[in-house]
Amino acid sequence: MALRKLASQFACTTGLRVGISPALQACRESIWRSFATVSEDRKYAASHEWAKVDGDIATIGISDFAQAELGDIVYVEMPEVGSQMESGAVFGVVESVKAASDVYSPVSGEVVEFNEKLVEEPGSVNKDPFGEGWMVKLRLSDPSQVDSLMDAKAYEQKCASDDH
Amino acid sequence: MRPVVNLLRLRGVSILQQLRLEEALLRADPGNWCILNDGSATAAIVLGISGKSGELVHEEAAAAAGLPLIKRFSGGGTVVVDADTLFATIIMNAAALPDVECYPRPVMRWSELFYTPIFAPYGDFSLREHDYAFGERKFGGNAQAITKQRWLHHTSLLWDFRDVHMRLLKHPSKAPEYRAGRNHLEFVCRLRDYLPARELVFDGTAQALRTAGFAIKEVGLEEAGAALDRDYLRSTRVLEPG
Repeated sequence: MALRKLASQFACTTGLRVGISPALQACRESIWRSFATVSEDRKYAASHEWAKVDGDIATIGISDFAQAELGDIVYVEMPEVGSQMESGAVFGVVESVKAASDVYSPVSGEVVEFNEKLVEEPGSVNKDPFGEGWMVKLRLSDPSQVDSLMDAKAYEQKCASDDH
Repeated sequence: MRPVVNLLRLRGVSILQQLRLEEALLRADPGNWCILNDGSATAAIVLGISGKSGELVHEEAAAAAGLPLIKRFSGGGTVVVDADTLFATIIMNAAALPDVECYPRPVMRWSELFYTPIFAPYGDFSLREHDYAFGERKFGGNAQAITKQRWLHHTSLLWDFRDVHMRLLKHPSKAPEYRAGRNHLEFVCRLRDYLPARELVFDGTAQALRTAGFAIKEVGLEEAGAALDRDYLRSTRVLEPG
């Protein structure tokens, strides 16, 4: 994350701010994308959600790459405790730049907790996507699904190939 | 072979019906769509997915005026719509526009380029902090929804409006910088003061799609409406008063 902050400061001080021009904004985003961090102790879905497993509980959020692409997040909609989530199905919505973007559960299970902090501080997803920006916790119904997710290295390669 | 966009031209369809149809086509249909609606038969106040009506709308006055509050499935702010609001919606598979990444800012940038040939001949057109404006005055709001490598970008354009309706909206806590504290009536403008005919918006949008390399297939409401019977996540709803 430190590299991203440095990149953001660079972008700002060199005038690469929102509203300067579409070309410069695209350049700014490319710089951010190049510095997206990947947390080693998580598994990743192709749709840029991550899962961290502890026993039969998976904590889920979106990656640094995803939060950078989405922009400043102003709202996070999360499922109620007790909801059943299916792997690949929509579990919530994030709003940024006037867009409501679906987020998908990388694994199946029952929602046991959602991050109440995000109700008042949705920007936590941008600031700390792997920490305070976590979204939901599921009790896994099929732990073997975790094995089909990408490890950090594979996800990092995917992000690099998505950057074009 | 050019990708196809299904073009649905409507007149006077209520905004609630339009939004429900759009949500169905985004989530439950695989095609690319352009929906053009010339006015909403019923006036309404439409909030984005995160909008809190108590903070954004003079609720009692809206109820007294008979305007329902509708929560839509896309992001963005609050608008008052009526028979003089023009609507243009694009629903696209990311693969149909491979140079436009399926994220909010690239889609927004694409939309400015898309609409420039339609509006630039009539005024100082630009995308100002995500609003369509002539100079410093907004004439169009837009919002987006993104799901599974498909995106929707919809726009409400103020051909004309009633001042009494605009006063039903509160000054939002988060306003674009270029609004500079102006009240709503000083902030917006009427398209009718710039364009000679409302049809120019609709014909221009269809032409812009052709220019962008799409083949247009005109479809009717019944064909489009088939998506409403499919299984998909529905979130557009009318808010209960109080």
